[in-house]
Amino acid sequence: MTNKLVFENLKHRPVRTLLGVIAIAVQVTMVLTLVGLSEGMLNEQASRARGVGADILIRPPGGSIIVSGGQMDARFIPFIDKQPHVNVATGTLIFGTDLFNYLTGVDLATFDRLNGGFRFLHGGPFQRPDDVLVDEVYASQHKLHVGDTITNTNHKWRVSGIYEPGMLARMVVPLATLQDLTGNTGKVSTMYVKVDNPANIPGVIAELSDKLKTYKVYSMEDYTSLFSATNIPMLTDFIWVVVGVGVLVGFLVVFLSMYTAVLERTREIGVLKALGASPGYILNILLRETVLLAIAGSILGILLSYVTRFIIRDLVRSSLIQAIVPRWWLPAAGIAIVGALLGCLYPGLKAARQDAIEALAYD
Amino acid sequence: MTKGEPIISIRGLRKTYHVGEVDVHALRGVDLDVQAGEFVSIVGPSGSGKSTLFHIVGGLTPPTSGTIHIAGRDLLGMSDAERTELRKNTVGFVFQKYNLLPTLTAHGNIEIARDIAHHKGPLDPQFVAVLKLLGIESRLDHKPRALSGGEQQRVAIARAIVNRPAILLADEPTGNLDTENSNAVLGLLRDLNGSLGQTILMITHNPEAAGYADRIVRMRDGHIE
Repeated sequence: MTNKLVFENLKHRPVRTLLGVIAIAVQVTMVLTLVGLSEGMLNEQASRARGVGADILIRPPGGSIIVSGGQMDARFIPFIDKQPHVNVATGTLIFGTDLFNYLTGVDLATFDRLNGGFRFLHGGPFQRPDDVLVDEVYASQHKLHVGDTITNTNHKWRVSGIYEPGMLARMVVPLATLQDLTGNTGKVSTMYVKVDNPANIPGVIAELSDKLKTYKVYSMEDYTSLFSATNIPMLTDFIWVVVGVGVLVGFLVVFLSMYTAVLERTREIGVLKALGASPGYILNILLRETVLLAIAGSILGILLSYVTRFIIRDLVRSSLIQAIVPRWWLPAAGIAIVGALLGCLYPGLKAARQDAIEALAYD
Repeated sequence: MTKGEPIISIRGLRKTYHVGEVDVHALRGVDLDVQAGEFVSIVGPSGSGKSTLFHIVGGLTPPTSGTIHIAGRDLLGMSDAERTELRKNTVGFVFQKYNLLPTLTAHGNIEIARDIAHHKGPLDPQFVAVLKLLGIESRLDHKPRALSGGEQQRVAIARAIVNRPAILLADEPTGNLDTENSNAVLGLLRDLNGSLGQTILMITHNPEAAGYADRIVRMRDGHIE
């Protein structure tokens, strides 16, 4: 019977109930979208790193997996190339133009030896120093064709080829050109190594680690396992800030909603008390209403995260990739429920402690 | 409570409200006995203490001093939790403004009273007969907004007695009703008293309504005259 009363109370004020559900849904969607974006972007980068086809990856010292700029001496590349069991070594320079866009400079000759080269859908490799290759996703988002010009790092680049996505980066330019343009002559951000036999990977890693001392040498498998939010400085903190904002939003919305509900139902609370309802019974009704609101809002929020993914991918057509992260559904719902319950506490306790006689006299 | 002992026994009952820096002596030593099965009207002008007496008998507020026994239980010194328990099964209320929960049907309003008192299962046949007596058995699926004033008050009466309370407290039950409905409700209260032996205390300003009771108690200035 209590559940029936709870349902009917929520149905009695449909607009207020709907607004409460939507506010909680927005909170949940915000968390899931942010987590989805971080996971989507990281997964996509890991996938493209694997798509390079290298066995070993060498990086500069430091904890972040996001690297921009030339931090390693490119003269190490021929040295690495000559090591036992190494088939080919090459280096790339990554230069970030903003948070989500960056140019990658490659030496096509050695890069092609690493993995057979880019698979072109249109056009072909660099013809000129200021040529750029773009993947099909980028070309589609920006409506690019072979021969078009784009501006990046204050430089005009001619699209010479559009390649299949899933390898290395979205935009690739000649290594030497990018090094000169960005003041990184002779520098690279990352080195890739292909060995003659996968069984030799651990041995080559050990050898290179010993010889290169300060540089970090990873197998591709170990490297791609690093693509998590915990390895991006401040990303985890940013996620928790958004979670905190979400909890606050849920708290405030439910607080206001339940406070007005308690005021509106003062006489009803008096009636229930006259019937023998304890303060705990009254509080229980409000808590159940709140939990129901939060559950409905969480379900809607999860569904809306599919909508945000659609908007980001198909409507806005940005370079951002949002993954759907089911393992965050329960935590996001839990966060919403906790925030909502906190918001309900004050109005609930106010209702529970309401004097029955005063409540019955309330008009 | 032993046989012959009044179902309500009040001696020297006092109630003082502290309103700001002023003390309001709502009851100034009330003595009253009500036998089981009696129908008693309490009449008096505004401010005579009728409602305060009701609230104390119904366990909504504690007395300041005096003794009050309801169905053998001493209300003086009861905690809030104990008075809440009293209201579940020992006392039933009927209010002037009906006070039905607007989001529940008539049946739901009756069931919520049972739910609060932890009574489960279907309504017992005797109570179903009472619903027929009250004339509301065909209106139970309607919400209060679809019921007339008279029907709402009859649903309120059903809700008040569904847990078989020892005492039914009716505070101006006909105050919001027209003459025809008033007479119908008062008649039903008398029938409940007569057929079920329900003890009823009724506050009323209306001398005609007061006449439906077995006994009229007059109050003035916090005393029984």
